[in-house]
Amino acid sequence: MDPVTSPQTAPSTPKPQQAGQGEARATVAADAEPRLVTEGITVHYGNVVGVRDVSLTFRDKTVTALIGPSGCGKTTFLRSLNRMHDLTRGVKVSGRAVLDGTDIYANGVDPVTIRRRIGMVFQKPTPFPTMSIYDNVVAGLKLVGIRDRALLDEVAERSLRQAALWDEVKDRLKAPAAGISGGQQQRLSIARALAVEAEVLLMDEPTSSLDPQSTMRIEELIQELKDTVTIIIVTHNMQQAARVSDYTAFFYEGDLIEVSDTNRMFTNPKEQRTNDYITGRFG
Amino acid sequence: MDRTLTASELIRRPTHPIYRRLGDRVFQVVVVTLGLSIIALALLLAEVLLVEGWEPLRRFGFFGFLTGTTWDPVRGVFGTWPFIVGTLITAVASLALSFLPAIGVAIFSAEYAPRWLASIIDTIVDLLAAVPSVVVGIWGIFVLVPLMQNHVYLPVYYWAFENAPGLLPVLGPPAGYNLVTATIVLALMIVPYTTALARDAIRLVPRSQREAARALGATRWEVMRMAVLPYARGAIVAGAILSFGRAIGETMAVAMLIGNSNTLPFTFFGPAATMPSVIVNEFREAVEDLHLASLMTVGFYLFLISLTVNLIAAWLQRKLAVGGRAL
Repeated sequence: MDPVTSPQTAPSTPKPQQAGQGEARATVAADAEPRLVTEGITVHYGNVVGVRDVSLTFRDKTVTALIGPSGCGKTTFLRSLNRMHDLTRGVKVSGRAVLDGTDIYANGVDPVTIRRRIGMVFQKPTPFPTMSIYDNVVAGLKLVGIRDRALLDEVAERSLRQAALWDEVKDRLKAPAAGISGGQQQRLSIARALAVEAEVLLMDEPTSSLDPQSTMRIEELIQELKDTVTIIIVTHNMQQAARVSDYTAFFYEGDLIEVSDTNRMFTNPKEQRTNDYITGRFG
Repeated sequence: MDRTLTASELIRRPTHPIYRRLGDRVFQVVVVTLGLSIIALALLLAEVLLVEGWEPLRRFGFFGFLTGTTWDPVRGVFGTWPFIVGTLITAVASLALSFLPAIGVAIFSAEYAPRWLASIIDTIVDLLAAVPSVVVGIWGIFVLVPLMQNHVYLPVYYWAFENAPGLLPVLGPPAGYNLVTATIVLALMIVPYTTALARDAIRLVPRSQREAARALGATRWEVMRMAVLPYARGAIVAGAILSFGRAIGETMAVAMLIGNSNTLPFTFFGPAATMPSVIVNEFREAVEDLHLASLMTVGFYLFLISLTVNLIAAWLQRKLAVGGRAL
């Protein structure tokens, strides 16, 4: 839980770069391979710019926190990473987001396939309330036509174990998903994304509707999950960012202001605005 | 009052005691009276139907009248079974006919159509729901009946006559005014209800549910199937049953188009009758007390059926509704 002890947060030669308003360009030094790289992502809501020219590199099996005050564009940016904006009228995304060499915005790329590889967990738990716990977990598998009972059982158990929920629900897999607690529902949502073998997990303030106990479980879970997936988490809570993430990116008014490894970000930010924000001068 | 009071003086000014004390009382009395009188109204309605229709119930028995297959004003024998059959056949068939198209329109309007088109569709749906039943009936007489007569009933009848004479008793004589015509018109009349209720139910499904399905890689249709429709199912089913209730009670258009025959068995192309249609068609000419009373009794049964249907709708809505905790 302590970021200082995380091996990933002890970088040898951190090279956080200057990020200007117009041209936000930043990379972080690390051993891990880049998994998802954005190049100049800009999101327009009609005529309003929600996110301006953000270029960020998310490295394999790391946790990156996106922080910033309300309305700074961190959630907007997050949602551009699995093409969730496609669903909203009047939103236009430009720029590139390259997942393993493929730009997810390129012509001919099916957003449906992309969303299976880049899973998402929302602010409020979103189990399908008419389905059982089990059916929720395997919902994504059924979408791709998997009907083999044994296989579904196996994936359900594996995903629930990964999401640290198995022990709590293994005796009532057939119970309605609406009947478990909010924290369990959130872990169920995570299990559901893991079941389709998401490689990248986007989390949009996943603990903001949960009590402290459940929040802790989710934070622990994030630490465990990063052995297998790349996690990008939007959070309002700076302590949370400090606790769970390897890298932190600070957004302000639609711009990426600064990104670096989390330790450095919270001890020695380069930018004055970052410093002001993390020391609580605004936000 | 020689000068205007300041705001704070106005705020601190004591309110008039009559307004304060009496106002509350008067309001309470008015609201409670109105609220209770609606219950009284319903009970009174049932009571009138029961009292006025008591004689046939006494003479034929509650179940005797219900299951009696003879409705013969000349001999003074009355049973409501043919009308119950006619009512249920037309209502069930029209619901079956209209349900899927209505859901389709609802899904299109709520999910697929661009906003301007959706608002046009919504307006038309609401407009269609408001078309007076007698106007629909007139349309049926002048447009639908000749059309169906020439292009469906007669051709099918001739075909059956030559190729499948066994079907003839089921089809019945190809009169234009028949069960099928009435069912089609009923279906058209309840489509707007089912559509409007389903559409609103679909629109009320939280965005987060759709996004959750999308995030799993669901296509548009899969989002509907896996997240939206299950979530809205309670309200959709309840809406369908309320439409069914309307089909049961629909009077004018059915009376104009069903052909009015009081004897079972009903055939597809032959005349039939429903509970509302027999009431509206016969009460003017019911000279015998028992005949009139029997129509009242039919009304009483209709009241019971409608009540039951509405209660079932309410129960189903609660039963199928999505449990609140998660959302």
